[in-house]
Amino acid sequence: MDPSFLAIQALNGLASASSLFITACGLTLVFGVTRIVNFAHGSLYMVGAYTAATLVPRLLEFSYGPMAFWAGILASALLVGLIGILLEILLLRRIYHAPELFQLLATFGVVLVLQDVVVQVFGPQDILGPRAPGLRQPVEILGRRFPSYELVLIAAGPVVLGLVWLLLRKTRFGILVRAATQDRDMVAALGVNQALLFTGTLFLGAFLAGLGGALQIPRVAANTGMDLSIIAECFVVTVVGGMGSVPGAFLAALIIGQLQAFGILIFPKSTLVVVFLLMAVVLAVRPYGFFGRPEIVGGSHAVGISSRKPSQHGVLAWIAVPLLLALLPLVADAYFLKVAIEILIFALFAFSLQLLIGVGGLVSFGHAAFFGLGAYGAALAVKWLGAPMGAALPLGVLLAAVGGALIGALVVRLSGIYLAMMTLAAAQILYAVAFQWVEVTGGDNGIVGVWPPDWIGARSAYYLLTLAVTAAALFLLTHLIASPFGYALRAARDSEARAEAIGLHLRRHRWMAFTIAGASAGLAGGLYAFSRGSVDPSLLGIPTSVDALTMLLLGGIQTIAGAPVGAAILHALRDWIMPLTAFWRLLLGLSIIIMVLVFPHGLVGTLARWREERT
Amino acid sequence: MAKTSTIRWLALGLGLALAGPAAQAQPAPIKIGELNSYSKWAAFTVPYRQGWQLALDEINAKGGVLGRKIEIVSRDDGATTGDSTRVAEELVTREGVSFLFGSFLSNVGVAMADYANQKKILYIATEPLTDAITMAQGNRYTFRVRPNNYMQVGMLVDQAKASGAKRWAIVAPNYEYGQSAAEVFKRLIKERVPGAQIVAEQYPALGKIEAGATVSALEQAKPDGIFNVTFGPDLTQFVREGNARGLFEGKSVLSLLTGEPEWLLPLKDEIPEGWTVTGYPWDEIKEPKHKAFVDAYRAKYNDTPRLGSLLGYITVYMIRDTIERAGSVETDALIKALEDAKFDTVIGPVTMRGLDNQSTMGAWVGKLVLKGATGGMTGWTYNDGASFMPSEADVKAARKD
Repeated sequence: MDPSFLAIQALNGLASASSLFITACGLTLVFGVTRIVNFAHGSLYMVGAYTAATLVPRLLEFSYGPMAFWAGILASALLVGLIGILLEILLLRRIYHAPELFQLLATFGVVLVLQDVVVQVFGPQDILGPRAPGLRQPVEILGRRFPSYELVLIAAGPVVLGLVWLLLRKTRFGILVRAATQDRDMVAALGVNQALLFTGTLFLGAFLAGLGGALQIPRVAANTGMDLSIIAECFVVTVVGGMGSVPGAFLAALIIGQLQAFGILIFPKSTLVVVFLLMAVVLAVRPYGFFGRPEIVGGSHAVGISSRKPSQHGVLAWIAVPLLLALLPLVADAYFLKVAIEILIFALFAFSLQLLIGVGGLVSFGHAAFFGLGAYGAALAVKWLGAPMGAALPLGVLLAAVGGALIGALVVRLSGIYLAMMTLAAAQILYAVAFQWVEVTGGDNGIVGVWPPDWIGARSAYYLLTLAVTAAALFLLTHLIASPFGYALRAARDSEARAEAIGLHLRRHRWMAFTIAGASAGLAGGLYAFSRGSVDPSLLGIPTSVDALTMLLLGGIQTIAGAPVGAAILHALRDWIMPLTAFWRLLLGLSIIIMVLVFPHGLVGTLARWREERT
Repeated sequence: MAKTSTIRWLALGLGLALAGPAAQAQPAPIKIGELNSYSKWAAFTVPYRQGWQLALDEINAKGGVLGRKIEIVSRDDGATTGDSTRVAEELVTREGVSFLFGSFLSNVGVAMADYANQKKILYIATEPLTDAITMAQGNRYTFRVRPNNYMQVGMLVDQAKASGAKRWAIVAPNYEYGQSAAEVFKRLIKERVPGAQIVAEQYPALGKIEAGATVSALEQAKPDGIFNVTFGPDLTQFVREGNARGLFEGKSVLSLLTGEPEWLLPLKDEIPEGWTVTGYPWDEIKEPKHKAFVDAYRAKYNDTPRLGSLLGYITVYMIRDTIERAGSVETDALIKALEDAKFDTVIGPVTMRGLDNQSTMGAWVGKLVLKGATGGMTGWTYNDGASFMPSEADVKAARKD
């Protein structure tokens, strides 16, 4: 390892760190002020890149020179900033009063919409941007060539840091941003115009995202996968640095940049997981990231299931609904039954997440980990032990329960967004293991041949089995929620201090909640594996976790029926829309956004509220 | 004497009765299911769809096949194994298609092959390139049109011998296609180039290459030759960073698929000249049938063809021929008609080998060169797939059936 190579690799790391910081800075500022986890941040980055890749060449045709290039970059960033304002005014402003996670759901919808809009506006082909004028020639560093544009990028990071620091310290707007990051309610109480503050913050955040994207165009072709590839890294940077902390984001970006640059030398296939390992390590040592501060306790958590008298119709519903559903095979065709099976499985999956979020107040972004563990457990049992379904399914549940116990143990020390991101890290690490350990898990091909035995193999038979198992599991979980254990979880969710004061062992209860939720999700995963006949790493991936969250939020986290209803809606909607048109993402995203606006507490939750308001 | 109105009604009835059979003379169309990654990989799949649409329109204009028109029900497969098998299920059970074709990513192709085997329905993989689809995961229901990794890498490695390079670096996307291409390359280069060794390997995640760091890491190992499997946005970044840092100077570079217009055009004028690539020099192919295809494509779509266009076009014509020879759309009849079937395509004769269900469609191999504002190939030859197929012994050892 000669020093010139090390130096060049370190500079590579600095360049990617700079790009990452500029984008992540926007995300952390937005979160700090508005407490919204903006999934659409990656999409704004992508729009910035596409805009710059289209705008800058036109400007360069006009008048070739550095002025045109940098003017084009700034103009693209400004444009994205305006899109951020539009987003805030049209969508986010209407749902500020909704529970926190709800804004997250709206941003999922925006991600889907922007994915299709970008392809429509800019075309399906990747667009390679022009090289920066005046920076086309490489520089000699210690005998090796290094692109001069990268040096500019390396400088851009600290410049942006400096400018943002100046903004935060020396301007009134900056003071308000810092105040809101520290204590939003106090800022509101002091009579600050919150609407303007939030709009300004969204503009700044979107501007930085667009700037980050626009600066990439001389080295990266604008493509439609950019949004998803950058958002995970941005989240890691903001969490590791501490939510709302700009210097923290800078430090985190530096470390991640270097890790990625040198990580590929040690483990060439490690790119998938290095950032998440870092996040897991940092959060284990410093639960609030480098410079984050503990979340304000109480009040701002998503409101979940509250105690209420058990309704008289409850028992009737528990008998009538499964009976009705059991009659479905008489009227439905094979495809409809397949969709119905999947809806039941996802209902269980979403409900296991409800146990964590609605009951325990523990937001999990990585619930796919348990789903995937259950599926893989069953598949591995079939492949390596030759087990029949009757043995493989419980083994899958066992593996998921063990996973839940392990991950829960790691995670219960944390709280709020840090807990959520740690679960995401765990899921991503499992995903990387499933992807890389080709000899055991089959890599990204997964494991095939996971079929149920013939007597239950027919579609309607498997449907009835799924119905029976799901109904039983949901019934047990509902009773768990109404049991002293459930009450203890809810006490811990509503007020930690009081719960501890009356002697409840918070961490133990939460850990048990993770284990049970993990086992339930694993059961869903195992059923899914046998219904499809195969497993692959995407079951552990971020989109699966996002699906669970979306289903739960669509249905509403305040009620028992919310999760199954949300699962039914999302899956049926997706299945109906996907074959309709090539723009199915746009339609699905719009549907989600509309549902968020019309039902700000989830479908079932809002209906329950309307009913309460009428009585 | 019957009333006038009665006669009129009788006349009407007679007229309808005679017109009836004529109205039903139009038999039901043959429904075929097609699924591909239209949202995620539009750069390849949209021209591909245009190719099969062109062939479909031409065939239906001539009356279809077996007296019936062909209807292709096309869906987006979501570019994941889970979505694609669900879409396939919808096509088969709800739309009632007779068989399936399509797919782009190799892991999706493998999942579809398993699906086809389980549901006992014919599946013709068009673009997925991993050997597994016709080897380790091969089955009697799955066929593949494009030359697989073993064939294309073999064509490139033949060119490697002339270059004399012994120290090779590999860069491949970290999923089934990249991993399988890298494995094949390692095997073949050691067999055919004495003294060859692999000095560096990089496997960036698909779509997420850290180009600067990857290029530096490859440079560090001081290779004489580079084997590149990246495509799409990864390729574009890799080329730009590599050019900026002088990675490719003085080295022999072999690159899969880079000569295909869909991956070459986004590079604009930053073509890495001198790379030995597999590709598609559509503008220089002289065969009259191919020229007719290009003219028809350009007239209809006002755009130049990509390799995907050619692939879609050839596949639908092969399907037409197969249905005609089978005399029906029953799965077993179609499979029988496909085994060792010979097709006369616009690029010459192509056979579907019965041993492994792999077609002998070949690839053009040449060097990249800058032509005006974009890139093209020079010194190219068409390598017939038949000369590069995996050996019978290899196939028998790998396949389970």
